[in-house]
Amino acid sequence: MNIMQVNNLGFRYGEPWVLWNLNFIIHGGEFIGVLGPNGSGKSTLLRLLDGILTPQEGQALLDGSPVHTMKRREVARRIAVVPQNYTGIFSFSAREIVLMGRSPHLRNWSFEEEHDYAVVQRVMEQTHTLALAARPLEQLSGGERQRVLIARALAQEPQLLLLDEPTAFLDIRHQVDILSLLKSLNKNEGLTVVAVTHDINLASLYCDRIILLDRGIIHDDGVPEAVLTARNIEAVYGTPVLTSRHELTGRPVVAPRAEIW
Amino acid sequence: MGAFLFQPSSLTVTPSRVVKLSLLLCLLLFTVAFVSLFTGTADISVRATLREFFPWASFLSGTLTEAETSIIMSVRLPRILLAALVGASLSVAGVVFQALLRNPLADPYILGISAGSAVGAVLGILFGTAGTWGLGMPGMAFLGALTAILIVFGIAGRTKHKENNTLLLTGVMVNAFFNAFILFVFTISDHAQLQRALNWIMGDLSLADEQALFYTSVFLLLGTVFIYTYARSLNLLVTGEETAQQLGVSVGKTKIGLLTAAALITAAAVAASGTIGFVGLIIPHIIRLLVGPDHRILLPAAFFLGGTFLIGADTLARSLVAPAELPVGVITALCGAPYFLLLLRRSLRSSP
Repeated sequence: MNIMQVNNLGFRYGEPWVLWNLNFIIHGGEFIGVLGPNGSGKSTLLRLLDGILTPQEGQALLDGSPVHTMKRREVARRIAVVPQNYTGIFSFSAREIVLMGRSPHLRNWSFEEEHDYAVVQRVMEQTHTLALAARPLEQLSGGERQRVLIARALAQEPQLLLLDEPTAFLDIRHQVDILSLLKSLNKNEGLTVVAVTHDINLASLYCDRIILLDRGIIHDDGVPEAVLTARNIEAVYGTPVLTSRHELTGRPVVAPRAEIW
Repeated sequence: MGAFLFQPSSLTVTPSRVVKLSLLLCLLLFTVAFVSLFTGTADISVRATLREFFPWASFLSGTLTEAETSIIMSVRLPRILLAALVGASLSVAGVVFQALLRNPLADPYILGISAGSAVGAVLGILFGTAGTWGLGMPGMAFLGALTAILIVFGIAGRTKHKENNTLLLTGVMVNAFFNAFILFVFTISDHAQLQRALNWIMGDLSLADEQALFYTSVFLLLGTVFIYTYARSLNLLVTGEETAQQLGVSVGKTKIGLLTAAALITAAAVAASGTIGFVGLIIPHIIRLLVGPDHRILLPAAFFLGGTFLIGADTLARSLVAPAELPVGVITALCGAPYFLLLLRRSLRSSP
């Protein structure tokens, strides 16, 4: 089943194209990692997939219609986005934040009902955030806050989950926590996941498919074993690397050559 | 075990909680209004007045003189009603501006939007629609409010919430310019009106007439109902504009609608009473401390407490130096400015 089809997608803020001639299909149940150096257009791609930006060329189709022309409410029922961090003001509790995920399913003047509370209860159990429910979001640690934001996204009951560097500010334990959570949602619930990340090795371990961006075009797209080669990484990131295999999974592991030694 | 956490508990915003809190604050409003009605230089009997209102209540005794009836019905009551309407308006507008600018220090007065309305209203008076509520004065006040909003949002609307300076400086300059403009216009037009202009710049509720009451109540009610329709969108907007879009809000349309509604109720309040500051800053902040930041409960609570606060402030304004009167804006500024500085200090401390 195709969730999204990206046809000849091109976008620019000013003169140079940020993204150019992107073509790919997001299949239901995939766990895709989008990799690429700073400024390669990863975050812009997420905004285009969510329809917040309007492409100058081509389109991203969600169930056959260009996502940027759809009503925001319609998009929000199918696609949820987990931002890099939380930037809100005023002290909302974790529970209030997760309840906001029900918003695209509610009408004006209406309040959450039993069903909405049940959904929120379920996603907070899944993300292990029930114990945080009453605490203000700004008092949580980075990893806790990220789990709450994932819970909010899950409360939208989306088909597709987009994440913008979900582990950027986390230590290794919390990185693994978050990615294992996403992996289990992907495996057990069939949730389709597209995550932008800087962490090549985590992407290699957890994703079934890697899209490698280089200055706005797709350099390579495929399973981690095929994409994460020394040749590809050196071409895109411009730094010499060594590759080996992860002892347990056999997935590629990439390390800098560190030629200073 | 966790299941009970998500029963709509006292911590969750439910319709019944919104209604209960609104009724409670409504009761408070009526209590303060009642006290205010019998506060003043003329000592009027409560019993006799109640008898006047409820002639069937035979246990009440006494009658009002004609002068007393006139003081109650034509002076104090309209003034109390106008105070309630204006206080509710400024407070609701403050909630909207704070959410849309994602800044707890925003308020129609501080941002210069009240001053913009005042300039519009003054121009309306000058160009022949003086004192009448035709469309001239409130319409011009509305245009003035929109102009100020365009300036403030054009310059400061894009800053991040931690960067208060741009917003506050823009507001200070808009205020300085518009207030100078008002004084200039009043000075060259008629010296006798200068005192009135000064009163008006600091807020004056003694201008309450039937038309002022009618228009402020219409704009306030329509505006508040419209804004309440977007109460949940306001919750999403304070967590970030992009987040709001991701959660299904059409941010552009919603912002324009909300700003227009807030401009309208600010303009009506200013046209009726001049520029009264800080109500829209203090009240939303106090309510957030009491019931949390959810706009579905914040808006109605701010509505009622804003009205109550301004009735109280006006009662002080007309009784502190009786028989003389202070402009009510003097009282709200005496409470509000220190409060503002306190909030500013806290926000500067918490920024990185």
